[in-house]
Amino acid sequence: MAFHNYSSPHLDLQDSVSLMMRHVLLALVPGIACAAWVFGWGILINCLIAAVTAVTAEAGMLVLRRRPAGETLIDGSALVTGVLLALALPPLAPWWIPVIGSGFAIVVAKQLYGGLGYNPFNPAMAGYVVLLISFPLELARWTPPFEPMGLQDTLALVFTGTLPAGLTIDGLTQATPMDAVKTQLGLNVTISELSGHGLFGHLGARGWEWINASYLLGGLWLLRFKVIQWQIPVGTLAGLFCMALVFYMVNPDTFASPTFQLFSGASMLGAFFIATDPVSASTTPRGRLIFGAGIGMLTFLIRTWGGYPDGMAFAVLLMNMAAPTIDHYTQPRVFGHRGG
Amino acid sequence: MNTEGEMTPVNEDIINSRDQLYRFHGGLVLPGHREVVASRPLQAAVIPPQLVLPLKQHIGEAAECLVSPGDAVFKGQMIAAPRGTISMPVHASSSGIVIAVEDRPVPHPSSLIAPCIIIETDGKDEWGEADTPLPDYRQLPVERLLQRIREAGIVGLGGAGFPTQAKLAHRAPKGIDLLVINGVECEPYICCDNRLMQERADEVLEGVRILQHILQPRHCIIAIEDHMPEAEAAMRAAAETVAAGNLRVVRVPEIYPTGGERQLIKVLTGREVPSQGFPADIGVICQNVGTAAAVYRAIVHDQPLISRIITVTGAGVREPGNLEVLIGTPFRHAVETCGGYSSEVDRLLMGGPMMGFAVTTDEVPVIKTTNCILAVTREEMPPPVHARPCIRCGKCTAVCPADLLPQQLYWHARSGNLDTAQDYNLFDCIECGCCAYVCPSHIPLVQYYRHAKAEIWTQEKQKKASDIARRRHEARLARLERARLERSERLAERKKSLSGPAEQAIDAKQAIIEGALERVRKKKEAADLAPKNMDNLTPEQERMIREIEARRSHKDRPTEH
Repeated sequence: MAFHNYSSPHLDLQDSVSLMMRHVLLALVPGIACAAWVFGWGILINCLIAAVTAVTAEAGMLVLRRRPAGETLIDGSALVTGVLLALALPPLAPWWIPVIGSGFAIVVAKQLYGGLGYNPFNPAMAGYVVLLISFPLELARWTPPFEPMGLQDTLALVFTGTLPAGLTIDGLTQATPMDAVKTQLGLNVTISELSGHGLFGHLGARGWEWINASYLLGGLWLLRFKVIQWQIPVGTLAGLFCMALVFYMVNPDTFASPTFQLFSGASMLGAFFIATDPVSASTTPRGRLIFGAGIGMLTFLIRTWGGYPDGMAFAVLLMNMAAPTIDHYTQPRVFGHRGG
Repeated sequence: MNTEGEMTPVNEDIINSRDQLYRFHGGLVLPGHREVVASRPLQAAVIPPQLVLPLKQHIGEAAECLVSPGDAVFKGQMIAAPRGTISMPVHASSSGIVIAVEDRPVPHPSSLIAPCIIIETDGKDEWGEADTPLPDYRQLPVERLLQRIREAGIVGLGGAGFPTQAKLAHRAPKGIDLLVINGVECEPYICCDNRLMQERADEVLEGVRILQHILQPRHCIIAIEDHMPEAEAAMRAAAETVAAGNLRVVRVPEIYPTGGERQLIKVLTGREVPSQGFPADIGVICQNVGTAAAVYRAIVHDQPLISRIITVTGAGVREPGNLEVLIGTPFRHAVETCGGYSSEVDRLLMGGPMMGFAVTTDEVPVIKTTNCILAVTREEMPPPVHARPCIRCGKCTAVCPADLLPQQLYWHARSGNLDTAQDYNLFDCIECGCCAYVCPSHIPLVQYYRHAKAEIWTQEKQKKASDIARRRHEARLARLERARLERSERLAERKKSLSGPAEQAIDAKQAIIEGALERVRKKKEAADLAPKNMDNLTPEQERMIREIEARRSHKDRPTEH
């Protein structure tokens, strides 16, 4: 009988990258559903366009790079990138917005750097930032929460730019609560004066708090099944919360509350799904805490004083740059070695 | 709970509180695959028609063969003698005729062929003349006992195969605080120690008492993993019969690789064996339960190590079980004793599924360190799948019991940055396989580390060789120089004897000039030998320079001769 000579260990957990990606997609479902409930069909249309673009771009690049396409496409990483990017986009964005963003994410931010495992930046956030800087108007097409457009109207607007009769784009859209709060605070309006404007919900921004809660739910599920580790989300949320708390305690009338920060904008999506992209994040256990805390703190700074409505994307990219250095200085003490 | 490995002084009591256990970082809870086999009693294996006894079954020097083909041997007769301190004798496991001393396949990760003594057994299983048993070992000097352990050929039976006597003789300067008897058996499938403790608890215990007598440790712990309550009960019952206050049976949680010496010591004491150091450095010595039983047999019954208990299991074996087999029994014979192969066996392993290695033929013999023969089918352990890129998910870091960064090690090992890999403490890797087990990209991480280690060892060997070559080259230059000086001196001498005083004066002048020239030449040569720009070099640069020099001196030599 011929016996094969394989190297140890001979057991295998039967985990796989594609399994992890499928879990991530599954964990996103409550968040996506909730976002669609609050903002309408546009969310789903964005997801679909971005996902199709991402997978197509990945396949094209793999062919051009003469890499086996099948196995890599099955891993689902491109799909995850596309969907994460889409979830950062406003519901009434024209169709070419997710196409450009998703295409840039895959072609430039991922494949040109060498594909899965080699990208120094979070591809979805790289794509999003390119859009944010290049097309600020299109990226402001958020609708007021709980006033979604019908499917046909949305499709018409997204694909042909045709507005429903008698409506202007300005009439349809509204700044996100986070953006509105920032603008108003800039005009010396106090938080208590703002509370009557229908921006706030129970915990965070109206509508957004439910979306954030849904992402939190999905994130906890990922933690439970060990798809992600706790350090990055905890670091991110703690960083954001602590910064917000300090300033809120100094002056609760000019700074939004810490819970508003946690349950508005991209906080939960960022903490559990975006910052946790392992490829571009820090990898040491302590490093991940620092990496997360950095993202949380930078998010607060950019949200509060920056020129953009939300800061998560920039914070993630900035910390991506810092990840190699963080890793270098946070190596764990090896068994049997002295010092830390 | 976790003391983070703070190094307490050796003389401080090593056991802080009676029941406190500690955790090491990472590790895995693995499916056991041993429930059925662990319940099967020990079976004595049939004497095989042929015994294959490798001269090297331990860490250290191979033994020296004492017999030649045609010799009749008795059971227990020493047929190969130790060569050097870290070496062990080999004994005939049964009586018969030596039919060959030749190279045969031996159990080794790289399918090695090595010298073996082949005995055709006569079935009589006759013992030779027994040496005196030493049941009253307490009256004997420790040296005598150590000598007997060495003569019996006892090595660590847990897997590493380090000569037991050498380990026991390696005393800590301040004595031994803790003797750990390792009955953890943390690898899946294996249950030979479990059966040994269940069925021969008194033998194990007596062996422990002998080890205690030799080492005089302040404490002794028999550690048993919590998946074998029967073995634990048996050991507790046996331990109760001897009223020794400093002997305890401790149940440790089932986490792979708790059976690793360093991990077990951490679990029991909270202290870490220093990197590159030995347990004795922190006053601890660890011995496997099987080794303890072998020590008992050697001392009290004067039986050398000629048999051991192994688990023969896996879906590829018809009736998996635990066997007491003679050392030298071919794997095939052991499997046949267990009903033979049940179906197509994809791989045949010696040891467990995490750290065991595949053998390519079942002709290889059971050796002293064989604890398990694992015949697995394709369905049971599918062949490795194609590795995907590392996504730096960090699951490997989370499970690494050595607290390493496996994915960084992989990165540097793969790209040949061997120095950086060493900076990331490559040599602290114990190759337990936890990282590769959890890797979602199915990267054979341990294989990369093994390759990198082997590569570094090769380089170091080459460097040592080139250092020697350089020294020889320099010695040769000096010798040539000396010869030339002597020649010129002789010439000058002869000239002096042939010529008058006037010429002598000129000669003297000439000699001074030549001497000066010689010094200049020498200085120049010395300067050539020690190249410039050598200040403030990085170790990396220094290494490269040394390598280049070594290559040069290699190249130069033949042309000069």
